[in-house]
Amino acid sequence: MKLTGAQALIKSLEMQGVEVMFGLPGGAILPVYDPLIESSIRHVLVRHEQGAGHMAEGYAHATGRPGVAMVTSGPAATNIVTPLCDAYMDSIPLVVITGQVAYTSIGTDAFQEADTVGITMPVTKHNWLVTDAADIPRIVREAFHVATTGRPGPVLVDVPKDVANAAMDWYWPESVELPGYKPNTKGHAKQIKEAARLINSARRPVIYAGGGILKARAAEALRALAELADVHVVTTLMARGAFPDSHPLCLGMPGMHGNYTAITAMQRADLLIALGARFDDRVTGKVSAFAPEAKVIHVDVDPAELGKVRRPDVPIVGDARLVVEELVKALRAEQAKHGKPDLADWDRQIDEWRAQYPLRYEQPEGGTIKPQYCVEALRDHTPDDTIVVAGVGQHQMWTSQYWRFEHPYTWVNSGGLGTMGFAVPAAIGAKVGKPERMVWAVDGDGCFQMTAQELVTASAERIPVKVAILNNAYLGMVRQWQELFYEERYSEVYLSPDLPDYVKWAEAMGCVGMRVDTPEDVVPTIEKANEIDDRPVVIDFRTDYREKVYPMVAAGDTNDNVILGPEFGEGGR
Amino acid sequence: MSAREETARHHILTVLVENKFGVLSRVAGLFSRRGYNIYSLAVSPTEDERFSRMTVVVDAESSPIEQITKQLNKLIPVIKIVELGPDEGVERELMLATVKAGPETRSQVTELASIFEARIVDVGFDAMTIMVAGSPARLDAMSDLLAPFGILELQRTGRIALPRLARQPGRLRAVRTRTA
Repeated sequence: MKLTGAQALIKSLEMQGVEVMFGLPGGAILPVYDPLIESSIRHVLVRHEQGAGHMAEGYAHATGRPGVAMVTSGPAATNIVTPLCDAYMDSIPLVVITGQVAYTSIGTDAFQEADTVGITMPVTKHNWLVTDAADIPRIVREAFHVATTGRPGPVLVDVPKDVANAAMDWYWPESVELPGYKPNTKGHAKQIKEAARLINSARRPVIYAGGGILKARAAEALRALAELADVHVVTTLMARGAFPDSHPLCLGMPGMHGNYTAITAMQRADLLIALGARFDDRVTGKVSAFAPEAKVIHVDVDPAELGKVRRPDVPIVGDARLVVEELVKALRAEQAKHGKPDLADWDRQIDEWRAQYPLRYEQPEGGTIKPQYCVEALRDHTPDDTIVVAGVGQHQMWTSQYWRFEHPYTWVNSGGLGTMGFAVPAAIGAKVGKPERMVWAVDGDGCFQMTAQELVTASAERIPVKVAILNNAYLGMVRQWQELFYEERYSEVYLSPDLPDYVKWAEAMGCVGMRVDTPEDVVPTIEKANEIDDRPVVIDFRTDYREKVYPMVAAGDTNDNVILGPEFGEGGR
Repeated sequence: MSAREETARHHILTVLVENKFGVLSRVAGLFSRRGYNIYSLAVSPTEDERFSRMTVVVDAESSPIEQITKQLNKLIPVIKIVELGPDEGVERELMLATVKAGPETRSQVTELASIFEARIVDVGFDAMTIMVAGSPARLDAMSDLLAPFGILELQRTGRIALPRLARQPGRLRAVRTRTA
């Protein structure tokens, strides 16, 4: 069967099981948009290519399937660099197709030419420039394989216009042959046994669960391990929902804005069981002073993570689910032989910390709305399996802190790169992937202004997401740092509460817009928003600009110095 | 820094890669963005046209060699990395040097070249170009001895290396091999 490169590309995507893609056409990608008309693939037309990338990320977060985006060459390709980098940092499987000027014109500074493969090399797991239409099925197959296996990540396929127009004989490759790519997923049996021995002899163990648990679909295995060993679990920003917050063994989020107990339990631990986590600086604080007495078991599918920041005592390369399942078996054998250690003292200590240093804020009656109160109200008045999506900054931290995550894949956010403007498009992508679920974006006013135009996409495509703007009229996290570390010298952080008018803006984009000024109106407005299912909703919550995120460990400081906040009295330490 | 100290800090990675465009850029980009220092780099085709071999001499003080090889292994076109510690490989390098050699010094330069088994590959009115191959230390010695005559231009290829072979049958070589 003779096909054009463009037809082969669309057919290859169909063969890969792609149901939806996010994109925006343009000159160089025109040939590929033509066969899309006859394709079974749904295309969501975005308003900016960055939106396409973040939507694909949100889709991948929520479904576990690779997100697919397609844009044209030059400026479109550079616009999607941010989502690629974001997905690279957070190990999100993404396949991005970009148009390219004709292969014969490459290197001539042709119209809308950019060295897309060169530009995206550092922010993709791998990328391809297609030079022959006959290579398209093979490359698409390889691209999906690389994106979704091992440590997942974004890949990019750059398709020159003349290659898309050229004829080829259709085939579908039986298998993928990449001699330099063989991820090791099965953990080393001897190391797993050694890990089980360490777990069973620890007195102050903590499981440090990272985003890898979710990528590996290992939430159940994690629960089995924690319950078998009776070991408490911290869930990092990327792992919220990997272990239920209501579980008695759950300590919640560690790190810079983690809760006191999660931070301190890690700090005092004699064993850290790191599962799909990468010892990010936001978790460890000053590395040399992090968990000084702890031995470390480190499980990761990416061998380069083992020993990158902290040298593990027991390194295990492998898929988190496969390794943890084996670890459960090995631990059972270990317990049968030697009995279970007595962790009562440690459990008592943890309970004391929990009782003494809970998350705390005060919502005065009739006062301005506290952002934490908004998050709690949303949490308490939405279904248990609601997908919550955040941008980056204070609102993100409050949402991670105050939401109660009971299920995996209910939390979508930009962790590693910290991409402001992530929430709106990512929420749209999540809703496309999980249309039956309620999707709420909790956003900041600064973030919202970066990508809000994608709500036009949501309205046009009937994707009823809901957006709660915690509008404090500031770039809040920056303001917090200037207040605490720059002697209240506020430099370029004020945004204004009513410029733009968020309600009118929302309405102009085909959404329902609502404003809430008092704490009493918070819950009724959320309930009203929950009733609307035929269009997106935006709520402008006017929140207290003075509110800061606590607890906090100052950047570069050790995790021994947790600042608890004013509710805990003088200095809050 | 003496040649000996340098050798102790320098590790050689011979990296077998797919012979495709952009591979050098992927490897070089990885080194620069992760902050690893390349001391020298040589790339050439191998006996199998599908593959090229890169010989990368890295400064092991800039980053642990283990982290460098692990990150390199993550590149899809990287097939195999052999790490050669000091004395674990046979290393050779080629040097071309154009040296001042007027009528009164020409015979001295020629004599020096013959001691080093170097070849004179070009002769000009008052200069000559000498080619010498050998271990990096030998090239260092040659250039030191040529310096007093006046070196006009000098270029070295960067070293290439292969693992040392077993001296006895059936014994494992003291070479760590990691396959991607």
